[in-house]
Amino acid sequence: MKPAPFRYHRPSSLAQALGILAEHGADAKVIAGGQSLGPMMNMRLAQPAELVDLNGLEGLENIQDRGGWIEVGALVRHHVLAASPLVRAACPLLAEAARTIGHYAIRSRGTLGGSLAHADPAAQLPLVAATLGAEMAVVGRRGERRVPASEFFVSLMTTVLEPDEILVSARFPKAAPGERHAYQQFSRRQGDFAIAAVAATLNSNQLRLGIGGVEDKPVVLADLKSLEPAAAARAAREAVHPTENPRVPALYRRELVEVLARRVLLKVLDLKK
Amino acid sequence: MIDFELTVNGARYAVRAEPRKLLSDVLREDCRLTGTHVGCEHGVCGACTVLIDGRPARACLTYAVQMQGHEITTIEAVASGGRLSALQQALHETHGLQCGFCTPGIVMTFEAYLKENPRPSEEEVREVLSGNLCRCTGYHNIVAAILRAAEAARDAKA
Repeated sequence: MKPAPFRYHRPSSLAQALGILAEHGADAKVIAGGQSLGPMMNMRLAQPAELVDLNGLEGLENIQDRGGWIEVGALVRHHVLAASPLVRAACPLLAEAARTIGHYAIRSRGTLGGSLAHADPAAQLPLVAATLGAEMAVVGRRGERRVPASEFFVSLMTTVLEPDEILVSARFPKAAPGERHAYQQFSRRQGDFAIAAVAATLNSNQLRLGIGGVEDKPVVLADLKSLEPAAAARAAREAVHPTENPRVPALYRRELVEVLARRVLLKVLDLKK
Repeated sequence: MIDFELTVNGARYAVRAEPRKLLSDVLREDCRLTGTHVGCEHGVCGACTVLIDGRPARACLTYAVQMQGHEITTIEAVASGGRLSALQQALHETHGLQCGFCTPGIVMTFEAYLKENPRPSEEEVREVLSGNLCRCTGYHNIVAAILRAAEAARDAKA
């Protein structure tokens, strides 16, 4: 359980980091909190020849109010995100989901950028980004581009990020006045990745339901015909195509989606169970 | 191999190590601080938890070379002048450990957590404790110890 040898780079500016990535291409990997890449390297599922540590970069640890959006720097740690008064007030779904990531020590180190770029389909932040319609800011040698969550996540642990690009921030639309939200996940043990997770926002009668852990990337349902909890939860169940897995049958994931969807719907509609 | 300096428990250590050497291994082998235990080596068990600038972190998911300019705190710094911390004392009194392998990680986790949340509920304690695996105790007495330590700290202040 020791990582393979690598060369260590600690750039002090974004330009320097991009230069290293441009030079080494796919041989290089960026690391921030290391809470996903670290285990993968220890298990040698990842063996980058060049490790580019972003922790020395300045300006990527801010949470800022940008009018209709909250902009979160890539190096913002999960515990900071979860506790931020700004995030809790303006993007309560984001704060609530961040509180459930991994464990206390993991949340101390893990970063927003790392979680989004790692794109584990069962992870909280990709699901919230997809549900809220967040936008990622990606910087490369050719400049900056903004990518909506609907395009950013491509498939299992795969995003549109090129090997020479760095995710520098993500912006999340603020909740509208009166908007309600809910987040529910299920895992066998506290802190494990979810077998299924469902997030929801309800803005007047506009429901957005995000479903994580069941397909190769988060699924967003924005056009459910009925808001009646049982019917909408059944529709969510039919809308997903869970991957078959010997330990977690697809049918089980469908059942979970229905149960979790019903729970979040009851909450956003403010109904009793 | 690279040469660098680490600050652990306020003392400086000159280290020569490969960049891939985990902080947990450098602490144990180079700094000779073997109180930090190594369990799963992929961030799950929590035995290697130390503090980086006062925040808990898995030493097995950190390369020592990354820690230049940061303050590491390990279990060796928790008792002072031969006196156990309130949390260590409570673990002793409530039989909160058996083999003791997971204990340093639990102590480091909660030394940090009780500063952040001095009045945790039992549910909050159990949520945080979920990041540290213990195969002996069944956790019950660890929870009791943490709640007792929090209470002791409150009484001391009152």
